[in-house]
Amino acid sequence: MNTARKISCVIVLAVCAMSLAANWLAPAGYAKQFREAPSAPPSHQHLLGTDEVGRDRFARILYGTRISLLLAPAAALVSTALAALVGGLAGYLGGIWLRLARGFTDLFLSLPWLFLLITVRALLPLNVSPLVSVLITFLILGLLGWAASARVLSTSADALRNSDFVLQARASGLHGPRLFLVHVLPNLKPVLYAQFWISIPVFILSEANLGILGLGVAEPLPSWGSLLRELEGMISFREEPWRLVPLLLLIVVMTSFQTLLSNEEMTA
Amino acid sequence: MLIPKMLLWKLARHLAAIAALVLLGGLLSATLVRLAPGFDTDERELDPALNAGSVRALRQSRAGEHNILHFYASYLRGAIHGDLGTSHALGQPVQSLLRERWPVTARIAGFGLLLAWLLASTLAFIACLWRLPAYEILGTTVSGAFLCIPAAVLALLSVILNAPGYLAIALIVFPKIYRYSRNLLAKSYALPHILAARARGLGEVRILGWHVLPVAGPQMIALAGVTVSIALGASIPIESLCGLPGIGQLAWQAALSRDLPLLVNLTVLVTLVTLLANSGADVMTYILRSDGRIRPSAERGSAIVNAL
Repeated sequence: MNTARKISCVIVLAVCAMSLAANWLAPAGYAKQFREAPSAPPSHQHLLGTDEVGRDRFARILYGTRISLLLAPAAALVSTALAALVGGLAGYLGGIWLRLARGFTDLFLSLPWLFLLITVRALLPLNVSPLVSVLITFLILGLLGWAASARVLSTSADALRNSDFVLQARASGLHGPRLFLVHVLPNLKPVLYAQFWISIPVFILSEANLGILGLGVAEPLPSWGSLLRELEGMISFREEPWRLVPLLLLIVVMTSFQTLLSNEEMTA
Repeated sequence: MLIPKMLLWKLARHLAAIAALVLLGGLLSATLVRLAPGFDTDERELDPALNAGSVRALRQSRAGEHNILHFYASYLRGAIHGDLGTSHALGQPVQSLLRERWPVTARIAGFGLLLAWLLASTLAFIACLWRLPAYEILGTTVSGAFLCIPAAVLALLSVILNAPGYLAIALIVFPKIYRYSRNLLAKSYALPHILAARARGLGEVRILGWHVLPVAGPQMIALAGVTVSIALGASIPIESLCGLPGIGQLAWQAALSRDLPLLVNLTVLVTLVTLLANSGADVMTYILRSDGRIRPSAERGSAIVNAL
């Protein structure tokens, strides 16, 4: 592991640890309102000031980071499992199943990701409880984000289906689910891991996009998306620069994720 | 005579695939809207001034949309005759809405893509020619930072800074093109025959035009197709937040109001444009390869989709 990766790893772990320790580090709950100090500038009491309804911004960032950083991997897990099911199984079965699965993934990939995501989320109820909104948001990410991974997995599984060891296992009388679970799936693990890690930053960014458009996590629960929505009211950067902290944190964490992911996975 | 025949066959296959995917995309969209909670509710029904007969008439006007297959079949029949239906939310024919809004999106996405490609490919070429570590770090950092900013944040920043919408699209697409093309060019420049050409004293322009581009060309063309899809996707948050009356803003309004006819048409349009861009890139690569102007490469567009 090179120095840049080590630093990135430390940053991601530190941010995760801070968000998990939000109950102890935050000066107040994410929904607690300081009605005597709305839109207050940074002070000893409120490190990053308060928002328009007097909630401590630092506390909301800590809790929001927890939601975004914990649920993006959960959504990535759902999408990777779906991709393994659709792509892995289709590649293993081959023939008509593979063609059907590829047609289905092509259909999903022919729609731009943001178009699909925003449209589907907008179609679902928006006036729901905060907890339900969190579940809907991240479940949608998981259920819609499987196509690209499934495409990769179907190709890998197709290659494995025709490999020597699978042919030998078949010749030895191994068939059906056992062959898939014992010989094919374990060999797809590296691809599955790669697709899982690649999905996390994509889902973090997607949640942020949804949140800014008011389609993400519902108030008063914070997430990076809803925190970034505060930028909407900004007139200039010089006026209240501390409002840019959630954006800077997002950039730092995303950059760290990118550095952690190997070059081969991210680029050509 | 063999090549045009094969080309025609390839074109026919592409067109058949596009037609099938567009039809399926439209059906998928119609099904999603039909299943969406609140689809049956028309806000006008809540108007206390309406009597029972008017409410019944309102419900009757949407009765044709309850059976999705029936709706889709009648939509396709209408579309063949040039009737794309009427938007429930905006009360206007969908055809006129698309005619009004499409130029806005085409202009924003077109300028944005042009700017992104100019910027990214120029910087990538310079990075490969100069090979300065400081420049490499700068390029990677800047493109990496933009890669980490959500499209909606760039839209908000463009509103704050009073910047045009196409600049936001350019900044969304730029890092993807830069990173991919920079790596692609670096790989091409490292090929043995290019190193040999350089050792023999060939000029950089000649190396680029005669040796590097023919190798990197197919993937660059495929990347161009993929970036159209990215730009179209980014147009929703950008047009919605910047108040630009384009297709993206229309899709946003259609989804929020569960406007079935409008959303189906928009899905069909977006799918069609995306697929045409990707297939166009594929066919262009095929033509250039047949001419011998570019060389075969193992990687294709689908690999780029995954890499981006």
